[in-house]
Parts: sequence; structure tokens; C-alpha cells
Amino acid sequence: SHLTKKNPKPLKRVKPTNKKRLREREKTNPFSFLGQLIPLAKTGLPLWMLGLAADRLRADMNRLLSFLFHQGILDEQFLQLQQLQDETSPNFVSEVVNIYFHESEKLLRNLRSLLMDREFSDYNKMGIHLNQFMGSSSSIGAKRIRNVCLAFRAASDQNNRAGCLSALEVLEHEYCFLKNKLHELFQVLFSLIFLLLHFISYVKI
Amino acid sequence: MAASETKFHVLAVDDTLIDRKLIEKLLKTSSYQVTAVDSGTKALEFLGLNNNDHQDVEVNLIITDYCMPGMTGYDLLRKIKESSSFKDIPVVIMSSDNIPSRINRCLEGGAEEFFLKPVQLSDVNKLRPHLMKRTQTSVNKRKAMDEIVSPDRTRARYNELEVN
Repeated sequence: SHLTKKNPKPLKRVKPTNKKRLREREKTNPFSFLGQLIPLAKTGLPLWMLGLAADRLRADMNRLLSFLFHQGILDEQFLQLQQLQDETSPNFVSEVVNIYFHESEKLLRNLRSLLMDREFSDYNKMGIHLNQFMGSSSSIGAKRIRNVCLAFRAASDQNNRAGCLSALEVLEHEYCFLKNKLHELFQVLFSLIFLLLHFISYVKI
Repeated sequence: MAASETKFHVLAVDDTLIDRKLIEKLLKTSSYQVTAVDSGTKALEFLGLNNNDHQDVEVNLIITDYCMPGMTGYDLLRKIKESSSFKDIPVVIMSSDNIPSRINRCLEGGAEEFFLKPVQLSDVNKLRPHLMKRTQTSVNKRKAMDEIVSPDRTRARYNELEVN
């Protein structure tokens, strides 16, 4: 076959070019190369290509996580969640994050409907929702969101409705951004798992 | 049944679902049996405070959030410490706000520890000494309970909660 007849040298020459092409493709969609490689894997061709794809995905994941930490979007509490994940609860992080999304969307909707009400005056009631949102954000390590909540709370303490509204807008934006980034992270993780399964099935044959 | 006797049973109280999940996981990782409820009222119901002050289930420690609608963690603490059957159960309070006056009030009110949220494994590790010093009284209590003719009532409750 292709692998047994040729010696390693041609493969080494091919590798750098492929990397360049892969990097170019990444600029548009980090996962597009994956779609091209999986059919190749099915034909039994590139064991080393599967390894390369896995490397790329791990690099993507590290890059995403580094970005999130450097920008102060996440803090070490997120790492604590990962450390709690084990065999008895293998999906702990994604479960907690999904609960966070679900709860947050409810709380943000409540905050918005309270503030948009022309006769709004119940800052205490708003404070309860805000505290819950702040608490759960800090529990999953969403540092930037938590900080915006602090500003929101300061405006609320002064009964400053306009200040609350602008803080809410920032919160909604930050929340959307975090949600997208975490979805990206989980996509990479799932791709890695998918790839690993292909690798395993290949090796079995 | 033997497994339930070697694990300490912690009652966790928090109105936020995420924090309940988190504290439950932290406690289970540290080999505690956990029951999580979402309010002080439910915590008191669970303990059996409403059933003529008789302890239905054995709880070795209570860990509660401070900020909760209705009954705060401090209110719950005081209710526990003022009851004859439960005042010996150690209570720990958690809060996301670092307010020294609040912390002092809780400690003076009888709380063993005050944890700042988000709670971490290093915090949960601090619970063990508070549980160990109660072990002797718990052992004596258990022996007394075994001698009572109807151990089935407490066993039945345990079966609902046990995580093996």
C-alpha cells in the first residue's frame, strides 16, 4: 500500500507544505481541514494525519483557553471545575456550564423586563436576581461578567436606573461573548473525541 | 448499610442551582454523603425540626449560603443553635460577599467557619476537624439508637438518601 511502498523521506517533505495549507485554511474556519481529513481516514490512509489533526485541535483548545484567561474572561475557578471532573461525573464541566447558561438567560430576561417596565421601582427585587447572577458567574469562573455585575450593583445601590440599563447592556454582550467562546471550546473537545474514535476504529482494523 | 455509617452526612443549603451542584460535588469528592436543599425552611423540614423537635435523620454538619430569600443563612444558624436537639450540629456559612461585620456576626452566632465563595476543595478540607471532634458523641448516639426497638424508621430515611 501507499505507506509500505514509500520510504519516510517523501512523507517528511510533504509535511511542511500541508501545515502551511492547514494554517491558511484555519484563517477561515479552524475545523474545515477536519472535514477533509476524516474521509481520508476512512480510506485507511493517514495515521499520521490523524495525529496531526489531533495536534491541531489540542492547539486550538489551548489557544482558546489562553485567550479566555489572558483577557480576564475566565479565572482559575474554571480550572477548579475541570479538576472536579472525574470518572463518577465525566461531564461535570459541561453540565455545570449548561446549567449556568440556562439560569443566566432566565435571570437576564428578568432583569431586562424589570428595568424596561416604565413603573420600575423595586430595586430590591432586581438586587435578588442580580445577586444570583453574580454568584453563579463567580462560581463558574466568569470573572469579567462578575465584575460588570459589581458595577451594575453599584448603580442599583444608588437607584440609578440609567446606570443599571447600561450595565445590563454590557452584561448581555459579555454573556453572549462568553457563551460563544465556551461553545467553541466544547466543539473542539467534541471534535477531539470524534477524531479519537476514528483513530481507535482504524487501529482495530 | 456499613458504608452509610462510615461516611459523614452533610446537609447543604443554597438557593442557587449552580452553587448547590458545586458544593455537592466538592463534598462528594471529599467522601461525604450529601443532601442538598434550596432553602432554610426545607433544611429545617429535612432535619425534622417541625416534627416535635425530634431528629429524623442524622446530619453531621450543615453548610449554608448566607444570602437566601426568606430565611437567610444567619436565620437558619440561629434556629439550629436555639434548638435543643440540633444545637450541637456544626454549621458553616458561605457567602460571595467579603463583609467583616457579617463574618463576625455569623461566627459569634455559633458558626464554626465562614467560607468565601466560590468555595474550593481547600475550604472543604477544613470541615473534617469540626466533624471529628463530634464523632464520639455521634458514636454514642448511634449505639443508643441501635438499642431502640425500631431502627427501621431511620433506616428507611437513609435508603432514600444514600449514595453508594
